[in-house]
Amino acid sequence: MPRFLNESGDSIPAFSLYLSLNFIFMGSIIDIPDFRLSPVVDQVGIEERISRFTARSIKKASKVQALKLTLTMIDLTTLEGKDTIGKVKQMCYKAAHLCDQLAGIPTVAAVCVYPTHVRTAKKSLEGTGIKVASVATAFPSGNSTRNIKIEDTKYAVAEGADEVDMVISRGEFLEGNYNFVFDEIAAIKEACGKARLKVILETGELSTLDNVRRASDIAIYAGADFIKTSTGKISPAATMPVTLVMLQAIKDYYSKTGIMIGMKPAGGISTAKLAINYLVMLHETLGQKWLSNEWFRFGASSLANDVLMQLGKETHGVYQSKDYFSND
Amino acid sequence: MERIEVLKTYKLYIGGTFPRTESGRYYQLMNSKKEIIANVSLGSRKDFRNAVVAARGAFGGWSARAAFNRGQILYRIAEMLEGRKEQFVNELVQQGIKKTAAEDEVKKSIDRLVYYSGWCDKFITLFGGVNPVASSHFNFSVPEAMGVVAIVAPENSGLLGIISVIAPCIAGGNTCIILASEKLPLCAVTFAEVLATSDVPGGVVNILTGTSKELHSHFSNHMDVNAVVFCRDDKAERKAVAENGALNVKRIYFWDKDWNKDESENPYLIMDLQEIKTTWHPIENIGVGGAKY
Repeated sequence: MPRFLNESGDSIPAFSLYLSLNFIFMGSIIDIPDFRLSPVVDQVGIEERISRFTARSIKKASKVQALKLTLTMIDLTTLEGKDTIGKVKQMCYKAAHLCDQLAGIPTVAAVCVYPTHVRTAKKSLEGTGIKVASVATAFPSGNSTRNIKIEDTKYAVAEGADEVDMVISRGEFLEGNYNFVFDEIAAIKEACGKARLKVILETGELSTLDNVRRASDIAIYAGADFIKTSTGKISPAATMPVTLVMLQAIKDYYSKTGIMIGMKPAGGISTAKLAINYLVMLHETLGQKWLSNEWFRFGASSLANDVLMQLGKETHGVYQSKDYFSND
Repeated sequence: MERIEVLKTYKLYIGGTFPRTESGRYYQLMNSKKEIIANVSLGSRKDFRNAVVAARGAFGGWSARAAFNRGQILYRIAEMLEGRKEQFVNELVQQGIKKTAAEDEVKKSIDRLVYYSGWCDKFITLFGGVNPVASSHFNFSVPEAMGVVAIVAPENSGLLGIISVIAPCIAGGNTCIILASEKLPLCAVTFAEVLATSDVPGGVVNILTGTSKELHSHFSNHMDVNAVVFCRDDKAERKAVAENGALNVKRIYFWDKDWNKDESENPYLIMDLQEIKTTWHPIENIGVGGAKY
């Protein structure tokens, strides 16, 4: 948790942050910018840039490597009211054994579940190195009191979650209460302890790319380890334009402070081809350093099978069928 | 000012839309006087891959439709074809078929659709049945659609050939991808326009143009294809298709028929593309235990 200090070095409560304040992170002083002045986004420019990313030709060995990298970046997700212990166990098995009949298939990065299923997932994944991520803070709407959100987070962490995916209060954000959103994220970050915090902006509800950029800046400065596009419950979920805007926010923060922030597009990425487009965008925006599951994740449930089918095609030379891959 | 005639671009038919081939390639179709009459898409394996995705997506809905409704839709195709007879006759003539033969072929094509339309809700009753078994079970067998069928259409029959293989396939609830005749591809593409306006859901029939030489192996080794119907003569291609089919135990059929003949339309072609499902339903064995109605 970054400590908030005023210029004379006294610790101050987060809710009283004002424009000219700064905080100290790993010995360097970081200014908190005025979020009303977040850079505006050129939507036409963003779309033009995306159209270039999707036109790259990725062949043979590079494609196989990109597909395997994609698998290692997946947060295999089940976030449904009907989730059962059995379903979670089954998904955890799949996370560790994506496709045993193909050689050299890595595991996914993490599984993502509701807090009540963290313990089951943790136990099922023992010894695999796969992380357990838990959504928290009244997911997916985020409409609850600060205390309940903090309790929710603490519960998930106490159950063994390695990562916490929180949602921001979109209503407060859209009303312009940026300090409220900032303080909330900071408070959750504190409640996370050692767990890494992913902040879900739910870009499908933020209307404009300018808002996406502003919310990204708020989340990053408030202490997010990752920023994440969506809950997967709202359409549109992750799109390439919003992801590019968020990557640019990460890039600006990195060039200003030298601190790396992770990115997680979630929802709607279900084909290998699209995933590779995202990797191209990631590489050409943030560079080689971000090309690992420490800094980039895909929140997805059906992506893994499509990637496996493409790897099967590369291995056996023939197009594959869903019939030969597990459902979950 | 003299008007410039607008020529049709012959494209593929995949998932209810008319895309160009992703490969961007084409071949020139010549008439007997060596004049170019059309540029035809030279479909690639990726077009086929996309078509399989479309056909698989459409399979659930199409096979779940009431058999009667499938019959109505096949009849609707015939209606639409009837209204565009002239166009098909002209196209056949353009490709070197004599006028009277062309008219005959178009009429036969329409009648063939009506023929299979009638079979849609009847073949199940005819080929399914109740089986006598030795235990207290009601045991019955019914034909069910196989799934996605890849068809390499007859080379020498541009319209009647393709309709003769599509109709039994979709009448039984399958979805399909068809490679049109290489030398007579125009009617296949125009027939796609008929399908697109006949209540046939997108993806149920997908039509590609191109060469069997290039595509036959992909048609037969794709793991998401359940059956292959091959209607060409090339021995080497037939062997390859049969071998590839073994990969995921596809059903492989070589339909060698003179499609002009009436006996080339029959419900056994529908049954070639059906699997038989047998169900054992436990019942009280009336009479044995002294029970009565």
